[in-house]
Amino acid sequence: MIEIFLQKKLNSSSGDMLLDFKTEIETGQFVTLYGKSGAGKTSTLRIIAGLLRPDLGKISIHGNILLDSSQKINLPPQKRKIGFVFQDYALFPNMTIFENLSFALHKNQSKKILDELIEIMEIGDLRNQKPYRLSGGQQQRVAVARALVQKPELLLLDEPLSALDEEMRSKIQKYILEVHREYSLTTILISHDLAEVLKMSDHVLVLDHGKIIQKGHPLEIFSNEKMSGNFQITGEIVSIINQNEQLILTILIGKEIAKIVVNKNENPYLSLGDNVVISSPSFQPTIKKLN
Amino acid sequence: MDWEPLFLTFKLAFVTTIILLLVSIPLAYWLAFSKSKIKPIIETLVSMPLVLPPTVLGFYLLIAFSPSNGFGQWLDEWLGLRLVFSFEGLVFASVIYSLPFMVHPIQSGFSNLSKSLLEASYMLGKSKLTTLFKILLPNIKPSLLTGIVLAFAHTIGEFGVVLMIGGNMPGVTKVASIAIYDEVESLNYSAANSYSLILFALTFSILLLVYIVNGGYLKRFWK
Repeated sequence: MIEIFLQKKLNSSSGDMLLDFKTEIETGQFVTLYGKSGAGKTSTLRIIAGLLRPDLGKISIHGNILLDSSQKINLPPQKRKIGFVFQDYALFPNMTIFENLSFALHKNQSKKILDELIEIMEIGDLRNQKPYRLSGGQQQRVAVARALVQKPELLLLDEPLSALDEEMRSKIQKYILEVHREYSLTTILISHDLAEVLKMSDHVLVLDHGKIIQKGHPLEIFSNEKMSGNFQITGEIVSIINQNEQLILTILIGKEIAKIVVNKNENPYLSLGDNVVISSPSFQPTIKKLN
Repeated sequence: MDWEPLFLTFKLAFVTTIILLLVSIPLAYWLAFSKSKIKPIIETLVSMPLVLPPTVLGFYLLIAFSPSNGFGQWLDEWLGLRLVFSFEGLVFASVIYSLPFMVHPIQSGFSNLSKSLLEASYMLGKSKLTTLFKILLPNIKPSLLTGIVLAFAHTIGEFGVVLMIGGNMPGVTKVASIAIYDEVESLNYSAANSYSLILFALTFSILLLVYIVNGGYLKRFWK
């Protein structure tokens, strides 16, 4: 069980904001922090990692206290047993990929873990390359592997996939899920991609202006009522045409585009760029076999 | 031609550069990463030699270290160190005079590194010292080279400070730039020309080397 409580005044571009974050995370869970940019997601992660000092807070992992402002405890990042994957990957440019990984070893740690991670993340061919020769997706895989060398109790991922294209993204998502299960990690991922949240996490915390406004299972959060028995797909509205009482929506679902007609009165708040869940009753779907 | 001034010049530049490197790395590190309130004051002090006439610096050093004054007397009595009209004095003055030329490149090297490199190393359990030697310094090699060469070349070229605090003592404080001045004073133009040519050629080669290495020409040529 990981208990997190923290408060910090942040000066964001839209003025002062109080980050007020309190939650409990069960061991082994995959949690996403979801919210607009500037909602305090990265600051939350940095405080958990020990890279940023909160005004007030208490963080413990399995009962071990990392931070307790009332007792003036604040462990430095070096002592927190947390793996962190940075948005810009932060691979050390002066070292090869293998050196990057072995730099992460503890003093007396066996090198076996390196081969294991290299195999899982499929980065064996890159061992002797310098980071600048790698593509974004390859760098990301190395960064995840490096964060896991010390077998952390908690893995933090700061929007690691935002700079990747769709295909690479879903590939890396697979790798991350795989190591999450393989090493029974507790993982916190920042994401503002709805599809990613639904695909990856067991639990989502929706952050807005520094506060958790919703928490729970992603499907329950992002679809207003429970729609068991229905299938659902998420997508983004890329165009809206107003026609009489109806709206013709063009929705981007993954790499596909779909046109869907909905009743205007039932959906008055839809606008461009909205992420939506499209669902349909399961008893009357049209199914066509693909070749 | 007397080679001693040239030899002395390079000895001075060499010793100064070594000391500067040791002093500037911690100083530049602090300037790049500290959020202290006194940082602007320290930054100003480090940069002063850029704008201050060398004679002003030399004059105050001369006053401060003169054995007839309190501080100079204390140094003389307790440490046996006389910093006026001595080689040690020249080194001390040169270190101060060339300080910004070493500190500034290293400082900007540190500041230009992505902060997440530092943080990534901390997250991997590495201490600040390990991070400095294994991550930060290897990634700012061009800045280090620039600092070393600029400090070296600047020390070769100094005149005002050296003249004020060192004077013109053959074999002790008479460096090449002073020797040139000396020869011109006594209308010995051909000797002045020899010194000047040598200094010109050497400093040109040193700077050229830096630009070639930092510009990546060597690497491209190699492959």
